Amino acid sequence: MVSSAQNGGLNFDFRLLCVLLEFLAKTMQNMNDSHAPLPSQQSAETTSASGASASTSGERKFAQIPKESVKAHAESIGISEVSGDVSAMVAEDACYRLREVMQASCQFMRHAKRKRLTAEDFNRALRWSNVEPMYGHNSPDPMVFRPTKDAELYFYEDREINLTEFAMETILPRNPGETTVKAQWLVVEGRDKGAGSSPALSEELVQYYDQVTRAILGGNEQLIKTALADLRTNSRVSALLPYFVYLVGEVKSISHDLEALTRLLQTAQALIQNPHLYLGPYLKQLVASVMYCILEPLAASINPLNDHWALRDYAARLLAQICRSGCMSVEGLQKQLPLALQKVLVDPARPLCSHYGAVVGLTALGSKAVEEVLYPQLGTYWPFLQSWMEDRTISNAQAKADAHRVQGAILSAAELLLKTYQQSSSDPHAESSHESSPNQSPHHPDASDFTIGTFGHLLESSGTAGPNSGGHRRDKGPVPITQMYSDLYSFFGDSLAVRVGNGAPFVPAKEEESDQDVEPIIEAGSSAFPSVQVERVDLPPMLTFAGNGQPIDLSSMPSTSEATHTTGGRRTSKRRQSSKESPKSKRARRAPSMSDIFSLSRASQRKRDIVVNIRGGRQVGKKKTKPGALLGAELSRLCRRVPFVGKRKKVKTLPGKVLQPSMGMLL
Amino acid sequence: MADPNRTVVVTDGSNDASTVSGAATGVQSSPKGEKGAGTDPSKMDQQTLAAVLQFLKNNKLKDAEAALRREAKLPDGNGDSSGSSRVATSGEVSSVLSAYESEGDLARYCEYYNSLSSFIESSLDAHKHELGCLLYPVFIHMYLQLVYNRHEKEAHKFFNRFSVEQEDWHQEDLRTLSTVKTREQMEGNDLMDTFRSSKFVLRMSRDSYQSLRRYLKQNEHRELLSILQDHLFIDVFDGVPRNREQVQATSGAMMGEARRDANKVKVLYGLPKEPDINVPLDDDDEGAEGEDKPKKKKQKKDLLLNKNKKADPNAPPPSRIPLPELKDADKLEKVLSWKEGLKRVPLGRENLPSICFYTLANAYQNVSAVGVSEDSSLLAAGFEDSNVRVWSLSPQRLRTMRNASELDQLDKEADDIVERMMDEKTAADSWLLHGHTGPVYATSFSPDREQLLTSSEDGTVRLWSLHTYSNLVVYKGHNYPVWDVQFSPTGYYFVSGGHDRVARLWGTDQFQPIRMFVGHYSDVTCIQYHPNSNYVATGSSDRTVRLWDVLNGNCVRVMTGHKAAVHTLAWSPDGRYLASAGVDKNVLLWDIAYGRLLAEMKGHTDPIYSLCFSREGSILASGGIDNTVKIWDVQKVFEEIAGSDDLTSLDRASLVEVGSLLLGSFQTKATPVLKLHFSHRNLLLGCGRYQHS
Repeated sequence: MVSSAQNGGLNFDFRLLCVLLEFLAKTMQNMNDSHAPLPSQQSAETTSASGASASTSGERKFAQIPKESVKAHAESIGISEVSGDVSAMVAEDACYRLREVMQASCQFMRHAKRKRLTAEDFNRALRWSNVEPMYGHNSPDPMVFRPTKDAELYFYEDREINLTEFAMETILPRNPGETTVKAQWLVVEGRDKGAGSSPALSEELVQYYDQVTRAILGGNEQLIKTALADLRTNSRVSALLPYFVYLVGEVKSISHDLEALTRLLQTAQALIQNPHLYLGPYLKQLVASVMYCILEPLAASINPLNDHWALRDYAARLLAQICRSGCMSVEGLQKQLPLALQKVLVDPARPLCSHYGAVVGLTALGSKAVEEVLYPQLGTYWPFLQSWMEDRTISNAQAKADAHRVQGAILSAAELLLKTYQQSSSDPHAESSHESSPNQSPHHPDASDFTIGTFGHLLESSGTAGPNSGGHRRDKGPVPITQMYSDLYSFFGDSLAVRVGNGAPFVPAKEEESDQDVEPIIEAGSSAFPSVQVERVDLPPMLTFAGNGQPIDLSSMPSTSEATHTTGGRRTSKRRQSSKESPKSKRARRAPSMSDIFSLSRASQRKRDIVVNIRGGRQVGKKKTKPGALLGAELSRLCRRVPFVGKRKKVKTLPGKVLQPSMGMLL
Repeated sequence: MADPNRTVVVTDGSNDASTVSGAATGVQSSPKGEKGAGTDPSKMDQQTLAAVLQFLKNNKLKDAEAALRREAKLPDGNGDSSGSSRVATSGEVSSVLSAYESEGDLARYCEYYNSLSSFIESSLDAHKHELGCLLYPVFIHMYLQLVYNRHEKEAHKFFNRFSVEQEDWHQEDLRTLSTVKTREQMEGNDLMDTFRSSKFVLRMSRDSYQSLRRYLKQNEHRELLSILQDHLFIDVFDGVPRNREQVQATSGAMMGEARRDANKVKVLYGLPKEPDINVPLDDDDEGAEGEDKPKKKKQKKDLLLNKNKKADPNAPPPSRIPLPELKDADKLEKVLSWKEGLKRVPLGRENLPSICFYTLANAYQNVSAVGVSEDSSLLAAGFEDSNVRVWSLSPQRLRTMRNASELDQLDKEADDIVERMMDEKTAADSWLLHGHTGPVYATSFSPDREQLLTSSEDGTVRLWSLHTYSNLVVYKGHNYPVWDVQFSPTGYYFVSGGHDRVARLWGTDQFQPIRMFVGHYSDVTCIQYHPNSNYVATGSSDRTVRLWDVLNGNCVRVMTGHKAAVHTLAWSPDGRYLASAGVDKNVLLWDIAYGRLLAEMKGHTDPIYSLCFSREGSILASGGIDNTVKIWDVQKVFEEIAGSDDLTSLDRASLVEVGSLLLGSFQTKATPVLKLHFSHRNLLLGCGRYQHS
């Protein structure tokens, strides 16, 4: 330890050494606690780092013990006469031992697989170099650094503990709890699950997020395109997923800005399309945002000049895309979505644009959703819709236009439904499979012989079940196509025949969309739902002002839509003008007015049903109340209660209250 | 160095037929070179004698060695080499230290060092990098000479002046050395002992060596010559000098590179064929699964057995190491794991694994080791408070055996006797094992999951029964912290390694080690048993990986290339490739057949503590305390070398870039990855302790 020349002093040298070590260890531990970059600590840390540490720092720094300290410590333990040489020698040796112990203690840290050196490691190293470890430094509690009252002196408080009291203490120390193992998915098939965590983002990621969000929310088309394209393909953005999902969730706060809403939906689409992302827990949030755009009366809907319909269409297609992406089945959303849409649809308190959203949403979910949800509701919903379409008051002109849109959307849905049926019946392969398992086949046995033509509506008379309220049909299981057609025909009349009867095999709209890219959303939206075009008319602003809201007697309502159009004045003429523009869209544009004629004629027959159904509210199908004798005036008053987007005050209260339950159901 | 994702595959160039004689010439070359410059002949004799002794010792010719020692009047041979005994007697130390006796003039040392350095700088580019390796050992020994001759101040100056010029990976050792400031401190310093007792190994081409000789002849630097002669071993090979990348790839170990002859022995790395197992296991399954399925299964099984019947030419003969006989339960286990293997998900660069992470919550005492049983049903964690805890990862809870009187009443012939022996009342999710008196650094389950081994800082290895959850045996022998312990794949044998630089092979029923694997210059930090149970790989903080033959205890491979301590190893399932990683944050992939470096995988930002190959060996997972799991495409490397797999191309490695092998990097929230394990179905399990900041 110390060479033979100083052998005489070995004993007390050793004692001093211990004290010094204790002193230094104390300092070290304090530094450990406070993370102060002091020399000894530094050396310890660099030692613990790998061999590839920086070699640029020329002079190495080590804990140096001045010989004065040695003298002071010697005096403190009662050794007064230590010569300068001896103390220098001891200081030198203590330094060396200390460094050696430090290096040894780093080994214990490494094997304990830690990054931080503790006093415990130091004590272990001491023990293995045959030095008594120092006790009392292992507490994880921080040491209190206090000044003295009298002098400018700071010290670590080391309170005395009365062991007797401590032992008699009734309060037992807190049980730290048992160590447990918790399993969770970190990665699923190579996709980062995020571990339900948001690891500290690197500088690059933060910058990336910054750039992308700025591009998306900025107006530069080229930038948006680039940002979205990158978001679709980038494999390293999984850490940012929660942030992007949150960004998309912002739709709720910018519902006045159609442009921004579209961009956010595009962002959502990019996230869904990115093959490297596992949406997992964030899927529900994304779906909630998309559903918001489909269903909620947006602030942007107030201005009829805003084409919020296209946004809803786009959102609906996005929803369909999410469903098809396959990740939905796990979350059980597949079942919840139609239910959520149904809930909105049967709620007469919802504005028409919400109903529109529900219909396009169901259409986007496919023929099955239409058949199971929309079709049974139609009997109830149709009269309600009609009451709006027949409304002639100027104050409700906007609502009326909306109603026509809803009607168009329903027509599209009906087309989808019938064409799916038609296709499955005309497809010989499908036919054979149906025969092998008749229970799966939803169509009528005769359906293969039955060709839907322009005269198909004649079958209406032979239909077994009349146009009843749709509720009970669900219980009856699959509905034969003939009956379905006749049911639908009772609502739409020839406009349906025109759409379905052309004999062209039906290509589901969603198939086309899947290949379409994000950019042409608005255009794609209108092509997917041709009925939308019908109502895409630049309405003059004068139509938005609120009228006197006088109750209108339903019975005195003219029975043709021609009359409606004439009361519409300028609007009708404008529509006609526009219909002349393109012969291609003529048929489609014609459709609603034709259906008006048919449906109106039927509406008068079922007036009593209407009332009951509306009163029955959501349980309309199950709980059939007695038909009450309600006057037309009462009916219109009921209808008037329905808030719609034209009246801002009522709308404003909606998102908070009505949104919650439907979203709650989703989430 | 600059590009963290750079990956290098080392493929060997061609070599002429003089490989075998190369080693001999190498050994001869260095004394020859220095003889010309005039050295002490008596010293030479000493050295020759030591070499002969070493030879006898290595070949286990103990009697001859003892006889020679007696005749040469040398002390008993325990202390003079390899570090089997850590404390050398003071007489020995001073005799070896006397090698440093010289005038120790600072100016001259500086001049010599500068001269050597400028010679290297001015030499041809082809030789520059090989010769550059000289500087570090020369620097070290010059410094130690200065210190030994009590020129402390000069030594300090010398150190400060030249230490910064050394390569990055030497800085750790330099830091240790710099604390040695006086002659007294030289004694008893571990690193110092290593430097004095062993020679630093350098490999260079004949051309480079010739240019060095010319330089030495021109300049008669006596001190330099004596250093080269006494403390360096220059292994000369014929062929083209290596370039910078090649030199760097294999340098970094504490005592230089591996001698070429160290990796010449043939390693039987193949797997023996699976024993034919005819266990009527499928009976119950057949009944349940119907008529057609068993047939299919049998066919498949036949296929598999056929595959194994093609005897692997590299497999050791089955009787090479006596292995425990397979019990019925073991056979059942094998069939079960084979069946599980049928459901394996194929992994590759297109199919990344799913990772299930087991987080140890509320581990205030800090987890220092995690082990998972081969079938992924049990988890054992060692803590710094000396405890070990075993969890069940399957729905089956952990039960103890009934007490003796109850056991006595059981029908011993019953089919489900093992099940009946268990006491349902004791079922628990986890069991705590008390016994160690220091942090537990390693845990290892026996293949039959009936026993658990743990090693600890208290210097012991303990064997625990997982039937009674009690300590069965304490294996004492290391006397210093035991860093790692591992069961052999067949059970019964196990290997432990620790701070005493020795890896020991034990049998569970013997309290003395069966083999001692001696040769590492520093702590044995990690151990992996070869899948065929014939070899043991060890990693050390001397920055080498060694492979030991269980049969004779010889070191058959020395692999250098790590720049810091190695902390984890993993064998590929076919037994040919070994992956290693540690504090230098790089994963290295080795071909055991030739002991060559295949690839370097960079990307981690903190020490790596776990490696695992997928079950079919196509991908490698690594995890460390940077809280990330990284997945590497090792298949790419195997495909790359498949073409150049001939014996003649071994000596000169040429580096081929194959691009990044990184397939994925997955971060946990705040949990260091201490253990990775692929289940039979290729689900990756990760373990760690949640570390709240």
